[in-house]
Parts: sequence; C-alpha cells; structure tokens
Amino acid sequence: MTSLVSLQHARKSFGDVEVLKDISLTVEQGEVLAIIGPSGGGKSTLLRCCTLLETLDGGALSFGECVVTTDVDGHAAYGGKDVLRQARTHFGLVFQNFNLFPHYTVMRNLTDAPVTVQKVPKEQAEAKALQLLAKMGLEGKEDMVPCELSGGQQQRVAIARALMLDPAVLFFDEPTSALDPELTKGVLKVIRSLAEEHMTMVIVTHEMKFARDVADHVIFMDGGVIVEEGPAAEVIDNPKHERTRAFLLSEE
Amino acid sequence: MMSLLGQGLVLTGQIFVVTLLGSLPLGVLIALGRMSKFKPLAWVMRAYISFMRGTPLMLQLMALMFGPYYLFGLQLGSDWKFWACDIGFILNYAAYFAEIYRSGIQSIPRGQYEAAEVLGYSRTQTFMRIVLPQVMKRILPAMGNEVITLVKDTSLAFVLGIMEMFTQAKAIAASQVSMLPYIIAAAIYWGFTIVVEFILNRIEKKLDYYHD
Repeated sequence: MTSLVSLQHARKSFGDVEVLKDISLTVEQGEVLAIIGPSGGGKSTLLRCCTLLETLDGGALSFGECVVTTDVDGHAAYGGKDVLRQARTHFGLVFQNFNLFPHYTVMRNLTDAPVTVQKVPKEQAEAKALQLLAKMGLEGKEDMVPCELSGGQQQRVAIARALMLDPAVLFFDEPTSALDPELTKGVLKVIRSLAEEHMTMVIVTHEMKFARDVADHVIFMDGGVIVEEGPAAEVIDNPKHERTRAFLLSEE
Repeated sequence: MMSLLGQGLVLTGQIFVVTLLGSLPLGVLIALGRMSKFKPLAWVMRAYISFMRGTPLMLQLMALMFGPYYLFGLQLGSDWKFWACDIGFILNYAAYFAEIYRSGIQSIPRGQYEAAEVLGYSRTQTFMRIVLPQVMKRILPAMGNEVITLVKDTSLAFVLGIMEMFTQAKAIAASQVSMLPYIIAAAIYWGFTIVVEFILNRIEKKLDYYHD
C-alpha cells in the first residue's frame, strides 16, 4: 500500500542557509506524526514544503498516488498546476495564527471553500458545518465573526474549516503556540479526539506531553536534519541522541 | 438663477458619478498592474501613476480636449468636450485610487493568501472573495478623502466650457454683478460633500461588524 504522504530526500535552502538537508518521511493511513525540535530547526519549513506553501529545491513528494515532485538529478521537478490543485485536495493545514477570514462569519469560513471551490450545495455544506462545530464544542457560534471568539475558539474553527474538505491528512503548524495554557487545553482536546477517530495527522508542536500521548511517531529535528525518530514514548521518554536529550530537558 | 445653478448641478453630478463608475474599477486594474511580477507592466503603471499625479488635472483636460486637433488635425465636434472631460477625470482619479488600493492590498497579511491557497481557492477567487472585501474596509477613509475632493474638482470642467455648477455661478455672478451665486454654489458643493460623508459613514458602519 502506498503511504498517504511520502517525502524523500527533501532539500531546501533560503539563500545560503540550508534549512532542510535530505529529509525523508512517510505518513501512513491513521498515523499521527509529531515533529518536535528547537526553533529554527526546520520544522515549519518542512511543513510548509509538504503543504506546497514553499517549493523544495530537491526531493520527491507525493500524496498517495498523486505525485507532486520527483527528484530529477537532485532537483525537485514539480508537476503542473493541475497536479498541484489535485494534491491540495489531499491535505488540510491548521496555522499557528489561525488565519481565519475575518470578514466572514464562522459558518461562511467553513462553507465558502466547499461551496466555491468544490461546488458542494450550500445546504449540504451548512449541515456538515453545524455537525463539525458541534464536535468542536462550538455550538451556537456559527453566526459570529472570528474577532468575537477567543483564540482557542478561533483555532477550533480553523480545524473545522480544514476538515470541511475531507482531507486525507491534516497538518498542524504549532497549533497552540499563539494560545495561553487554558485555551491550549481545548484545542489539544479536539486534536486528541481526532486522533481517537484515526484521523491521519502531522503535528509540529512544542507540547511534549501532548506529543507523547497522542502521536504514534515522533521526529526530532534540529539543524535541518532528522536527529532522531521513532515511537513517541521511546523518543520522548528515552531519547538516544544527546541533542534530543538536551532539547527535552530544556523544554521541561 | 436657481434653475441655472440646478442645471449646472446636474452636470456636476454627472461628471462625479461617471468618474467614480470609471475610475474605481480601472484603479483596481492599474493597482494590480503596478504590483505585477511582470516588470515591464509594473514599470508602465508606475510611470502612468507618476505622470497622472505629477501634472495638473486642468492641463490633462486641456490636452485631451485639444490634443486630437493639434496633434492629428481631427475635428471632433462639440460633444467631444464631454468625452474629454469624463476620460480625463477617470484616467486621473484611477491613478490616485490605484495607489490607495495598492496600500490596502499590501496590508493584507500573507496568512490570508496562504489559508486560501491551501483551501484550494484560485488566485482570482482569493482576490475577489478574501482580499478585496478586506481591502475595502481598510481603505475606506482614504477613499473618502479622494471622493470628496472629486466633488469639488468637477469645477475644473470649467476650462472645457462645460456649464457645470461653478461655470454657471461664475456666469451669473458676472452678469448680475453679485456675490450671491458664488455663495449659493459654495453651499451646494458643501451640501453635496455632506451627503457623500453621510453615505461613507453608512458604509463604514456597515463594515464595522468585524475588525482584525
């Protein structure tokens, strides 16, 4: 069976700075992968490359059967517009800063993309949106605009918005970094419940305890390379590598 | 006197409305061209904006009025002055609006584009549905300034011999040797701008349902 996400030998530089050095990872159906590591270690860039917000310099990326790039003589050869559009239907992304559309109500934030992009009938999209909002603990918030919600609520709306398009895999870019501990809880709870339903997820996070509890696999990244990876409990409780140990100690 | 000023006001209003109808959308296109990654287009738009803002509107109107004859010997009939007037105002105001649009478009956070991109919106959909509505709210105060300036700038049509309100007032004042026509015209201009301010306030209130 092909992996939901397959990234092979990814390389990316910004100017002279090599941010990703030969990164490979795969994500299987139902798997939760957590990516941890110090700031500037390349985690976010990795996620942005996977979600096509940045282009790789070299490497191969595919979502199931959908091949986004192939490695041609060390250079990433991207498919055309249609391929990228097709690829985007495979994943969703939850941003650190939510990036909800401030001028749309919660309902419109959820339904606009399905209705506009995928041509789903409006009633159908709205019914689904109400279900998802209930699941996120946001009943009765559909007519509010984002600025009327707390950060935690906004992030849960953002998760619902991503789920509206039925992604095969959901990426999270430090989903709780902009939230205080109280609001963080609510968001983590939602992500945890998605994990229990075997939603495939890739989560860049600073929440070590959460990563250990929820993730199946953990990747520790530093200096643009994968320093250590393995089952969540193993990497976080018994790190083998000195750098991983040092990082985990500093995070406590 | 009032009926002459009234006839003038109709022409003033026509120049005002036609200018907005033409320059508001044209300004969007110029702003997009100005921000284009295709450098030659960006440079042309930059030069255009610079020229339109850097030379007097009155001169531009005169050039449009008489250019066809002086340059090409074209006799364009007596209606041409109205065309010259509308074209001149639209081309000039579009340049100012373009810069206001640009400031608004560039103030929209990158995250909005990225969120739209990941959700599968096309570039046009992103601009029309996500970016432009937010831009409108942000630029409204600056647009208000320009629109109110336009109310009064319509009096420049005077140089083309168009009998808008100021031209009428000037003619009546000369024939009656009276200050009154000017005073009434001033009051009407002011009233006009108060109406515009009122409408702008209403729009601002309407967009007040969110902030970011």
